[in-house]
Amino acid sequence: MRGLLRSRLFWAAVLVLAVAAVLPLGVSGYVLGLLTLAYYFGVFAMAWDLLFGFAGEVNFGPTFLVGLGAYGAGILNSETGLPIPVCVLFGAVLAVAGGLLLAVPALRLSGPYFGLTTLVAVLLLQQMVTVFAQYSGGEIGLTIPDVLSIDDATNYYIALCFMAVSGLILFGLSRSALGLILQACGQDPVEAQALGFNVAKHKLAAFCVSALFSGLAGAMLVFYLGTASPGTVIDIAVGVQVIIAAVLGGRRTILGAAVGAAVLIVAGEVLRPLGQLSTFIVSAVALLTILLVPSGLLGVLMRQRQ
Amino acid sequence: MTALLQVSGLVKRFGGLVAVGGMALDIAPGEILGLIGPNGSGKSTVMKLIMGIERPDAGSVRIGGVDVAGWPPHRVARQGVGLVFQHSRPLHRQTVLENIKLALLPDALLRLFADPDVEERARAIAQRVGLGAVLDRRPGTLPFADLRRLELAKAIGRDPKVVLVDEPFAGLTSGEVGAFSDLIAGFRAEGRAVLLVDHNVKGVAALVDRVLAMYLGEPIAQGTAEQVMRDPQVRRVYLGGAIETAARPAPTTKSGPPLLAVEGVDVLYGKAQALEGVSIQIREGEFISVVGLNGAGKTTLFNAVSGLVPYAGRIAWEGQALAGRSAAAIARGGIVQCPESRELFGSMSVRENLDLGGSHLTKAERARLLGWMFELFPILKSRQAQLAATLSGGEQQMLAIARALMMQPRLLILDEPTLGLAPVILEQLSRALETLRTTTPITVLLGEQNVTFALPHADRVYVLEHARIVWEGDPVRFAQEAGAAYL
Repeated sequence: MRGLLRSRLFWAAVLVLAVAAVLPLGVSGYVLGLLTLAYYFGVFAMAWDLLFGFAGEVNFGPTFLVGLGAYGAGILNSETGLPIPVCVLFGAVLAVAGGLLLAVPALRLSGPYFGLTTLVAVLLLQQMVTVFAQYSGGEIGLTIPDVLSIDDATNYYIALCFMAVSGLILFGLSRSALGLILQACGQDPVEAQALGFNVAKHKLAAFCVSALFSGLAGAMLVFYLGTASPGTVIDIAVGVQVIIAAVLGGRRTILGAAVGAAVLIVAGEVLRPLGQLSTFIVSAVALLTILLVPSGLLGVLMRQRQ
Repeated sequence: MTALLQVSGLVKRFGGLVAVGGMALDIAPGEILGLIGPNGSGKSTVMKLIMGIERPDAGSVRIGGVDVAGWPPHRVARQGVGLVFQHSRPLHRQTVLENIKLALLPDALLRLFADPDVEERARAIAQRVGLGAVLDRRPGTLPFADLRRLELAKAIGRDPKVVLVDEPFAGLTSGEVGAFSDLIAGFRAEGRAVLLVDHNVKGVAALVDRVLAMYLGEPIAQGTAEQVMRDPQVRRVYLGGAIETAARPAPTTKSGPPLLAVEGVDVLYGKAQALEGVSIQIREGEFISVVGLNGAGKTTLFNAVSGLVPYAGRIAWEGQALAGRSAAAIARGGIVQCPESRELFGSMSVRENLDLGGSHLTKAERARLLGWMFELFPILKSRQAQLAATLSGGEQQMLAIARALMMQPRLLILDEPTLGLAPVILEQLSRALETLRTTTPITVLLGEQNVTFALPHADRVYVLEHARIVWEGDPVRFAQEAGAAYL
């Protein structure tokens, strides 16, 4: 805990959050809506970085976990009308359960095979949504009866608080004794095992934590949007955005992933007048960042300070 | 004497290769055993089998009476076995202290914060191994010896009953060797059982209570360091002696400009000096042998020539500097290396491996060379359809050489072709080399630990020791001058 309070990154994050907290006083509802979306995306990316940056496993299908959370919560709400917190919790539990079902066999595989399994899982989930269209709304999407709030500022604060709490937990975890073990498991599994650490157990735990936050964020997102569709929470393209956000922000920083998500979403919106070209520019900038500064935006900042 | 570590009937096969066949050893509390054997003899595999990194096919590994054979490494570690790795990959973004603390953490998911005494214990261990002054530095900024100390510190952190040390002194200066010897002797004083794995007796003789020599996966001699060094079978294994070659005419000195000239080449691996001011010259048609014990720098020299490692100094091929050319361009230019690790495509057949080697040839030319290969190594002809990974060690080596020859080299570099092979195979290889030397214009650069294998064919011999060329001359003079000091 002392380490956390001494970390300059932590205090920088507190400062950024404080600025974010006063934004609703000065900016339009449109901007708030955009940032709300970015904050949920930030949690997707942070949860992904725990797996990639620390456990050393590339999850090509973050939207498998996000989608399970989103559709689990959405379908429960539309079918039973249970209150939102119950539905969100159900979505998160479903994401963890689905994640376990996938990770237990997949983590036995080495190298790129784990990543490929996660990729296939996304396609499977997408097909399930189409096949069970009477519950899921199929390709068109699921309309959800309840929403978090109809007020932009309230939605904004819910998302900001959710991101801040998730970020604190994930960041704290990454800097804890467990984070140290997890990093050792990711970097040199043979040596980690020789030191007495059950590498499979730690990686599985990391996957569960990642699934929990992905699922929670996915569930919250559908109650913000009021709809769930494959195009917004499952599609491979969404997963790629999450990955780009995390890498852009900085691997192994957790908080960088949230920064990357905000940059990516805001940049996409600012460049929207350019039409198709905007996606191209955002992708090109992301590609250049990965090629030229693989440690990401936050990685560069931290290195300069050292 | 009740042994703390007791290994018996240990067997490990990789495809068609028997890496360890019926290994047995035991170590008492407070005893240091040196496990030695030439490269490829299976000693590293034995260490990995004890640690659980590889699963044995048969046999038992008892730690204080409990059979841990086949357990995953983390359970073996908790049973009281620690391994000091030769090459470390510490956490680069954490400090030395944090790296040591890692080793003191419990394997629990719900203990987010380390016990308060972990910090203190980590500091104590750092003091003990001599890292007290660099606690807050990051591993990337440490000299090589300190990285080795860090590995030692991590192993101590687990308080193991049995300590396995892989090549304890590789890459250390003589002063550092003294400090490390004291640390390892400290393990003995604490009643731990210590296994030191090394290439030769000389390195560990001063420290060990007993030495066990192994070859081809089996123990061949056991006793004090002096006894093992005098053992005729050990001498034969290290220096060769079991092979017969045709008498050859006196080596001819060839003149003319060198085909390959290596001038003052230095290679650094991180902070370890792998080659220091090495110069050799090879003329067209010569057969040059570079002999040296494992770790002397032979492979590094060949990799520098092949453009696989960066170096300082100059390497010239027909007078043209090779620096800046890609490894592929160098290979196409006529320098073909047959590496120590063989690098066969294991899931391809023998024929496919050979065809790949000759992929740049016309169909007719390829067929002609293929015919010649099957003449040189008849066994390959009958094994054409077999997957390379399922061949025996000797067959794999023949395939590796044949594949290199399919590339029509002007200079063929053979890096330890005898590695892990039985004497009967060495005879066949030796005859093939004889054929190469007498019937083709191919220039050969052979790197060997086995002197008896390397000498008969050689026109000239270089001796490489601790990254430097220490002797150069013809094979006859080698026997008189350099041979005695070699083992």
